[in-house]
Amino acid sequence: MRLDNVEALAKCREQARASIDAYTCRILVCSGNGCMASGAQKIYDELSRLTEGLNQVSVEMQKDVPHIGTLKTGCQGLCEYGPLVRVEPYDYQYVKVQVEDCAELVEETVKNGRPVERLFHRDGDAVYEHPMDIPFLSKQTRIVLENCGNIDAESIDEYIAAGGFSAFAKAITEMTCEEVVEEIDKSGLRGRGGGGFPAGTKWKQVLRQKEKERYVVCNGDEGDPGAFMDGSVMEGDPYKLIEGMMIAGYAVAAENGYIYVRAEYPLSVKRLKHAIAQCEEYGLLGDNILGTGINFHLHINRGAGAFVCGEGSALTASIEGNRGMPRVKPPRTVEQGLWAKPTVLNNVETYANVPKIILQGADWFRTIGTEGSPGTKTFSITGAIANTGLIEVPMGSTLREIIYDIGGGLKNGATFKGVQIGGPSGGCLVEEHLDQPLDFDSVKKFNAIMGSGGLVVMDDNTCMVEVARFFMGFTQRESCGKCGPCRIGTKRMLEILEKIVAGNGEMEDLDTLEETAKFIRERSLCGLGKSAPLPVISTLKTFRDEYIEHIVDKKCRAHVCKAMQAYVIDPEKCKGCTKCARNCPVSAISGNKKEAHTIDTTKCIKCGTCLENCSFGAIYVQ
Amino acid sequence: MIHLTIDGIAVEVEEGTTILNAARKYGIEIPTLCYLEGILPDGSCRLCVVEVVSRGRAKIDTACTLRCSEGDEVFTMSEKVVESRRNSLDLLLSDHRLHCFSCEANGDCKLQDYCVEYGVEKTSYKNMEVRECEIDDTNKFFSYDPSICILCHRCVNTCNEIVGRGSIGTMNRGFQSIIGAPGGKKWIDSTCESCGNCVQACPTGALSMKRRKKYRAFQADKKVRTTCPHCATGCQMDLIVKDNKIVDCVGADGPSNHGLLCVKGRSGSFDFVDHKDRIRHPLIKNKETGEFEQATWDEALDLVASKFTEIKNNYGGEALAGFACSRSTNEDIYMLQKMVRTAFHSNNTDNCARV
Amino acid sequence: MLDQSYYDTADRIIEQYGKYPKSLIPIMQDIQEAYRYLPGELLTYVAEKIGITEAKAFSVATFYENFSFEPKGKYVIKVCDGTACHVRRSMPVKEAFLKELGLSGKKHTTDDMMFTVETVSCLGACGLAPACTVNDEVHPKMSPEKAVELIQELRGGTHEA
Repeated sequence: MRLDNVEALAKCREQARASIDAYTCRILVCSGNGCMASGAQKIYDELSRLTEGLNQVSVEMQKDVPHIGTLKTGCQGLCEYGPLVRVEPYDYQYVKVQVEDCAELVEETVKNGRPVERLFHRDGDAVYEHPMDIPFLSKQTRIVLENCGNIDAESIDEYIAAGGFSAFAKAITEMTCEEVVEEIDKSGLRGRGGGGFPAGTKWKQVLRQKEKERYVVCNGDEGDPGAFMDGSVMEGDPYKLIEGMMIAGYAVAAENGYIYVRAEYPLSVKRLKHAIAQCEEYGLLGDNILGTGINFHLHINRGAGAFVCGEGSALTASIEGNRGMPRVKPPRTVEQGLWAKPTVLNNVETYANVPKIILQGADWFRTIGTEGSPGTKTFSITGAIANTGLIEVPMGSTLREIIYDIGGGLKNGATFKGVQIGGPSGGCLVEEHLDQPLDFDSVKKFNAIMGSGGLVVMDDNTCMVEVARFFMGFTQRESCGKCGPCRIGTKRMLEILEKIVAGNGEMEDLDTLEETAKFIRERSLCGLGKSAPLPVISTLKTFRDEYIEHIVDKKCRAHVCKAMQAYVIDPEKCKGCTKCARNCPVSAISGNKKEAHTIDTTKCIKCGTCLENCSFGAIYVQ
Repeated sequence: MIHLTIDGIAVEVEEGTTILNAARKYGIEIPTLCYLEGILPDGSCRLCVVEVVSRGRAKIDTACTLRCSEGDEVFTMSEKVVESRRNSLDLLLSDHRLHCFSCEANGDCKLQDYCVEYGVEKTSYKNMEVRECEIDDTNKFFSYDPSICILCHRCVNTCNEIVGRGSIGTMNRGFQSIIGAPGGKKWIDSTCESCGNCVQACPTGALSMKRRKKYRAFQADKKVRTTCPHCATGCQMDLIVKDNKIVDCVGADGPSNHGLLCVKGRSGSFDFVDHKDRIRHPLIKNKETGEFEQATWDEALDLVASKFTEIKNNYGGEALAGFACSRSTNEDIYMLQKMVRTAFHSNNTDNCARV
Repeated sequence: MLDQSYYDTADRIIEQYGKYPKSLIPIMQDIQEAYRYLPGELLTYVAEKIGITEAKAFSVATFYENFSFEPKGKYVIKVCDGTACHVRRSMPVKEAFLKELGLSGKKHTTDDMMFTVETVSCLGACGLAPACTVNDEVHPKMSPEKAVELIQELRGGTHEA
């Protein structure tokens, strides 16, 4: 079905809405990566099977959709409690649904409209029937994620019914290219990929270029370990990203757009391909869009496993079929980006903000967030936190609000130690930052970066030296190897950190670490190299005592660093059952039957077998 | 035109000129390891950093990428700049097997020169891993030692961007990067034509002509600029002379070759000079013994002249032909065809320079 | 020497993306998907077809982590060592896999070509840490015990490839 003009789009919207309203009941199964991993597919299959006979009314626009629709939706954001199922119109939110629960769910809720209370989310005494009752969801402000979890990510009609493409229609019928760019500029939207460069400035610069062949590129190479916001948008609401890019394409007069998706996101690729095919079918992508003479083609490029491709010039090099190595600037991407043509390069979240800004205006957008960083920010909160998942909050929210109010505090009531923000290129925020409002500028002041928004919460079971080593290992592995500071510098820093973690550190190593970190920070060729030493710089500043403990006392307070662990048998608890001694692979445990045993630390290889085998909890790590 | 100062010297350059080129234009030396004229700067060695005060703001960045802007004050040897270069060299040395005494490039190594200049005698890093990979000496003329390669990519850029052959590339990623032939092949099995321009581009001894084993740079007596004797391109080359013998040949910056040479020019154009089989006098075969015997030029020329005349008288000029070797100069070739046409009365003349 | 069918497959894939230098990465990805590795001879063939040098093709292929010139096992197990998984102890999970399969940090694939174990930086399933994937299917909240069970299950052939 091709939409030949803007009116046809409006008509299509009406029809889509009508067909959705015709549902007496909709079951929404979350099919985000997290829920899929906890078995959402099986739940979906089972619910589809159980509701098959209930198909009575045929809906005109979506002939294949049964009267009771079981929909695959995007991430609903409560990954910890997957698989998630929501039933409308009752708005019941079920968590941790198992295949065995499906029959009851269909019988009670779908057929009779009664809740299955045991499937509701609980926190202590509180029972949450509806998604918006759950603090995790109710305390968020969702712009980018507004459709995620609410619409079928594989149905363009649902997106259109939810107002999709009306921003694009508005842009092309009521606004000139310059006005669109102006609106984005006025909104103060900053690139959500890391540095927070104003999107409007970029667009303006591209629009100003003499060269007429231009490109719109989307960075979906969300490589930071611990970040999955962009993946969730691509999976949960691919149309919004597409619409954002279409508007960008119109604004800078580009006829081709590229989405570079991380290799590890096969579902994103699938959903995007499907969405693009649908858009082409509807005449929303391709030549002569909505009969306006505007052309815009979208292409997908899959990453092939290189973190550095998140850097702009490396990303365009990769699309061109080259090694993903950053190049020197100038010329900048806006002047000579993809195929040396002017290129708008933004990330997924940035584009996903665009439709709403066009629709509701820059002034509306500025009412959210802070002066310098308007709008919202999505975060993925993971690590030692009660509720892991995907959230969206206004810029300027504090860490306390994010971690405690939304995230439900630390898992198992552990003590908060720090939170890594901005991934391996970012830094560590600690207790003193908990009540500071977070936006692009404030985070920078804390020696960290907003990055794409991964928040990894760490409790006191986390060894900060080990964490620094982990990040260094990551950036070292991912260094493209072009410039010396990053290629050799990260290797040298990693070697020193490995030495410290192994218990062989010397105090002068800290100076070398600091000097090398400073050099890499200042002299690397690209942004990734420049930010590679940040985790070390920030932990060295905040957790220097832990480094010193590792070096001087040969002690790891979190008992993480193997070299500094000692397995000890508590003589009070040991019953002398000899099980540990029998299982020790190196015969390091001795003692008589029915008497307390001891471990010879010189022989012990710290494999942990004894601890796993002790039935009396008598063995512990010191 | 843009006006700025470099180390206090007033400089005027065209818009878009990099600081590095501006400095070079005025004879101010800025160290570089990866810079290759004529292509986009690689920017990988970070050695050309300079301190620039531009519109009241000071920054340190690479001179190969920074464009001059009006009123800039550039400092090429400020304290911070020197420290940064020291750090760069320190890191490069930490991933560079130090065996300078046995290295062919000893005395002719830019890394060594800069380390001496900036006082970096050895790396400050301890217990570090150095890439240890096998030396590839399968090519007849040169070898590659990855353990002293600093990955400046000049060789790869030369092969790809300047020569256009594209036989070698940077393989792997990050610290494990290595220059080489594709698919784990040896150099000899690649499409390499052994032109050796990559070797000439190498600032260290990582890529080294095998003949360099016979002499060290500082032992050379003189360099003689000459024209390649092979084809008509007229490439300029420098012959390196030691003990009155030619020991090496490197490309020089001539109008037709800009420093490049082909395999024949680089490796097939000088060692015959002192070859033991080289004929140094006219020889005439003794009919009785069948051996060649030394003769004077007059004797030899008289003999061939009489033979040519005899053939011409008996069979006509058409029976004679003259064929010039492409390694002759144009002047000699001209003279040969003149002789064939006027003395032999024949148009049978040609030359093999058909490359 | 590869079987002719490999070249036919390559031709089909090249056809799909067009004979342009920019098609190199997608073509390599599809070949790798078809054979679970990227045969070197085939890459040389592709390079010639799409008009790039062999050196260029190999320098690109060796840059990206996803391409492997070594044949991989029937089941490719990727253990996530992203930040969230790392702090929730993903490395003991990997060690359990390696131990159960008799593999090591250097040996990634079992001799019977059944299993390959790799580490990946982040699967984007941080909420389910520690996670791993078997042929791209995510297995959440792993433990060393569950790792051993998973292998046994796969060996039993109850799991679809």
